[in-house]
Amino acid sequence: MFDWQFFGLLISNGVLIGLMYSLIALGFVLVYKATDAINFAQGEFVMIAGFMVAVALGAYGAPLWLAVALALALMIAFGFGLERAMLRPLIGRPIVAVIMATIGLAAILRGFGPLMWGAETKPLALPIPDEPIVWGPLFIPPIQLLGAAVSLLFLAIFGWFFLRSRQGIAMRAVADSQQVAMAMGVNVERYFALAWAMTGIVSALGGVVWGNLLGVDVHLALVGFKVFPVVILGGLDSIPGAIIGGLIIGIVENVAAGYVDPWVGGGTKDFAPYVLMILALMIRPYGIFGKQIIERV
Amino acid sequence: MIHRECGVLKTTYEADMALYPLPIARWAVGVVAALFFVVLPFSVHEYYLSIVNLVSIAVVGALGLNILVGYTGQISIGHGAFMSVGAYTAANFATRLDLPFWLSLPLGGLMAALVGTVVGIPSLRIKGLYLAIATLAGQLIIEWTINHVTWISGGVQASIEVPRPRLGGFEIASQREMYFFLLVFVVIAITGTLNLMRSRVGRAFVAIRDHDIAAELIGINIFRYKLTAFAISSFYAGVTGVLYTYYLGIANYEQFQIVTSIDYLAMIIIGGLGSVLGSIFGAIFVTLLPILIRYAMEAFGSLVLSPQAVLNTIPNLRLILFGALIVFFLVVEPEGLNRLWRNIRNYFRVWPFAY
Repeated sequence: MFDWQFFGLLISNGVLIGLMYSLIALGFVLVYKATDAINFAQGEFVMIAGFMVAVALGAYGAPLWLAVALALALMIAFGFGLERAMLRPLIGRPIVAVIMATIGLAAILRGFGPLMWGAETKPLALPIPDEPIVWGPLFIPPIQLLGAAVSLLFLAIFGWFFLRSRQGIAMRAVADSQQVAMAMGVNVERYFALAWAMTGIVSALGGVVWGNLLGVDVHLALVGFKVFPVVILGGLDSIPGAIIGGLIIGIVENVAAGYVDPWVGGGTKDFAPYVLMILALMIRPYGIFGKQIIERV
Repeated sequence: MIHRECGVLKTTYEADMALYPLPIARWAVGVVAALFFVVLPFSVHEYYLSIVNLVSIAVVGALGLNILVGYTGQISIGHGAFMSVGAYTAANFATRLDLPFWLSLPLGGLMAALVGTVVGIPSLRIKGLYLAIATLAGQLIIEWTINHVTWISGGVQASIEVPRPRLGGFEIASQREMYFFLLVFVVIAITGTLNLMRSRVGRAFVAIRDHDIAAELIGINIFRYKLTAFAISSFYAGVTGVLYTYYLGIANYEQFQIVTSIDYLAMIIIGGLGSVLGSIFGAIFVTLLPILIRYAMEAFGSLVLSPQAVLNTIPNLRLILFGALIVFFLVVEPEGLNRLWRNIRNYFRVWPFAY
């Protein structure tokens, strides 16, 4: 007898979690889209932002709006500074250099967070109720609803930004061809910095919602590992792809965990998305919405 | 003159292709070999010898990764997983069938090569970042498999104890004996890589790295050579894993997690991509770094912190310094320690002139 209620629960939970993954993936996509650089430290960005908010709330007793504003401001500044100090010198270098630089950055942040704020897990309490909303057969934790809502909101904002605003169009030009954009009078470096700052914003928001869900410590950075299957499935340079990829990964990992975990003793959540990703790479190497790269000699 | 190119007249192709065309280079290699075979093992304390042993193992792994990333240009974040494949294969053979090390070791390498080739298959269609993430997936999937399939990992702890390697009736147990045991493989790995890179295969690798489409146009079978690169590289990785296993006396997946893959990437980046000497420098550097940091923190950390706080900060400081060095080398000296060494050498080569 197939338990539809259990299945529905897994799906609904997967959708919400998936949208929360999309929020993190959005940061990755923004940077890749605008600068062709890759941020392997995306999860660490989220962790650092989570630390900032949790410490401001807990140790200093700041009001929530101030803590979030502070984290936003610091993460934007961090994004700007990072682009300036680390990524600008790497422009035009082979892709392995950029990947390694962000892996190095991830190591720095992972050491810096606990060194600065302590290794113990910090709660990040938002003023929302804990009890799940019961909606027919479904149980929906409010924090996941909030995360999904934030994610969708920012998808809309960035979608509008890229399609309609002057800056967004310039940014797309930069992404398409840095040289042509430069020739048309676009200040390429400014848009690189802007892209990293936008990642800072998304990471700060991700830090708040994921920090609330998981608590803030080094393990929060592991959320970053979920970003890769999400963006590979959706396509590295596609904002809708981040959402679709997030939904697929969220649903797949929840369903897989629900049905496979009892057989193998746990851990399917971390494993299934990657298997799916490998399969997807075999069929559509550039993701569902990714831009096909055509190369000529 | 023994140390200048001028005056060295090459009259045969063999002389022109020689690895060490100058007399001084041959002498230097002889001196270095004597140092490592005779002086070092008998003059150094066991503890320091154990550090040298760790470096030796890392050299083999770094050479393997450099063949793939540095020479062929295929990014891999799965090196640690290939090591674990080698380690568990050899450990299973050694404990279940009682195979001696000279059989289980190549078997471990071959199994890793097989798995590495399979993980490398996506490289035929994807490259760059997509490939990096595909190999990352390989790493995580292999890690998960070893952890969850008890038939491979041998029980709950996911670790298998292996007997000490034996040669005839002689058991290799002490650090000094282990040193010679490892040195043999280091020498094989170094000469193997040096010679591979001046062979047809090696040149095909470099052509693929420099421009894969152009390489295809001049008739290089990309399909074959990319997979060959993955196979050779993971063979090295597998052997590294087996060496770790025999060195520690236990195959343990914690030695081969994603952090290990990143450590090895750091080695070849800090040492120098696409350079044998760079792999060695990088292996030395990355292996010694945590040891040096621990010494420094124990010596000076107590001046500002309590002993307990010192202990707590060491792993974090290690991470920070490690990451900072990777970024530093990438930004400031992208060709790594090998480039620094070449600069020094060139300075003396043209001395007393500047160039």
